[in-house]
Amino acid sequence: MTTPPEIAVRGSNKISRRALVAELLQRRAGALIVPGLGSATWDCFAAGDSPEYLYSWGGMGLAVPTALGLALAQPKRRVLALTGDGEIMMGIGSLAVVADQAPENLAILVLDNESFGETGRQIGLTSHKTDLLAVARGFGIGNTLLTTTQADVAILADFLFHKPGPSLAVAKIALSEDPWALPEKDGAAIARRFQGAIGVASSN
Amino acid sequence: MTTPTRQGDWSADVLDAMTARRISAVCTIPDGGLTRLLNLVKVDNTMRLVTLTTEEEGIGIVTGLWLGGTRAMVAMQSSGVGNCINAIGYPSTLRAPLLMLVTMRGQWGEFNPWQVPMGQATRPVLESMGVRCFPVDAAAEVGETFAAAADMAFNGHQSTAVLIGQRIVGAKGFGQQ
Repeated sequence: MTTPPEIAVRGSNKISRRALVAELLQRRAGALIVPGLGSATWDCFAAGDSPEYLYSWGGMGLAVPTALGLALAQPKRRVLALTGDGEIMMGIGSLAVVADQAPENLAILVLDNESFGETGRQIGLTSHKTDLLAVARGFGIGNTLLTTTQADVAILADFLFHKPGPSLAVAKIALSEDPWALPEKDGAAIARRFQGAIGVASSN
Repeated sequence: MTTPTRQGDWSADVLDAMTARRISAVCTIPDGGLTRLLNLVKVDNTMRLVTLTTEEEGIGIVTGLWLGGTRAMVAMQSSGVGNCINAIGYPSTLRAPLLMLVTMRGQWGEFNPWQVPMGQATRPVLESMGVRCFPVDAAAEVGETFAAAADMAFNGHQSTAVLIGQRIVGAKGFGQQ
């Protein structure tokens, strides 16, 4: 019996998250970014501030639902939910909703360090049995991609920003201690700036 | 703005009030009491019906829709309110509107004791999260109540919930009544 490739890569989480996110965002081609709370938000801000990033300091499990709503409301814009393995696991059922609504402009990238990095590096569920790519396919998201090396960033960017969605990629990132990079935390200010950047009135 | 009623067909009144306010999506875990409204939404080609796996997803989706310029609401049974508690803090922190339509159980003549704890806690739980509650116990008043809650949500950037009493939607009995 052969081991499915997605099983073989567990523990292969070696990519530097900050370098990957920085290079990826340089290639985002106007995509709107919905980072999950905590590290994914810090990664985006560290790569260079943009009003097209909807920073988050809370609402664990809501990155994918928020990105889904945004993608449905803005069908001409590509939307990327950029989040961690623990964050997406908390709202994992939303992948079924993504598959059902099927917006072609929505992509999801999971930065998977197989741990709860923000809270003390407790081991996460994707380090053992749970295979996020198989989960996504099971929910009906057929377009999936696994990235285990920074060298594949061009392929990853093409998959997320140019290939038809809905799609989900997993990037196996290392557990790392990165310098703090904390953006604005006033939610109303973040939301107004974001809406201003995409031409939506806050009184809509 | 008040909405004329259609002889107690509160679902049609809600749909009219939604259309008048450009509310064009409903995220839901269905409830028996929501059946007619959800069917009206489903066949209306100006509306999007979003079926969820759990109600808190709906809070994120309507927030994302609003950030992108589309008005939407979340519709659920009172038990689903318990699933939403932490998520309710998300739109309120973003100062985004949140409109919830809740059909009550565990309240008026409930025969199922399993529905009672969350049904009785629905309003205090919502209010403790800062949601302004609009309970309504007469079918003819649902439309105008919904309209008021929707206007307060979208024009006043508040979290609001219309609580449709079990007196309106009925106490399901499974033959035990």
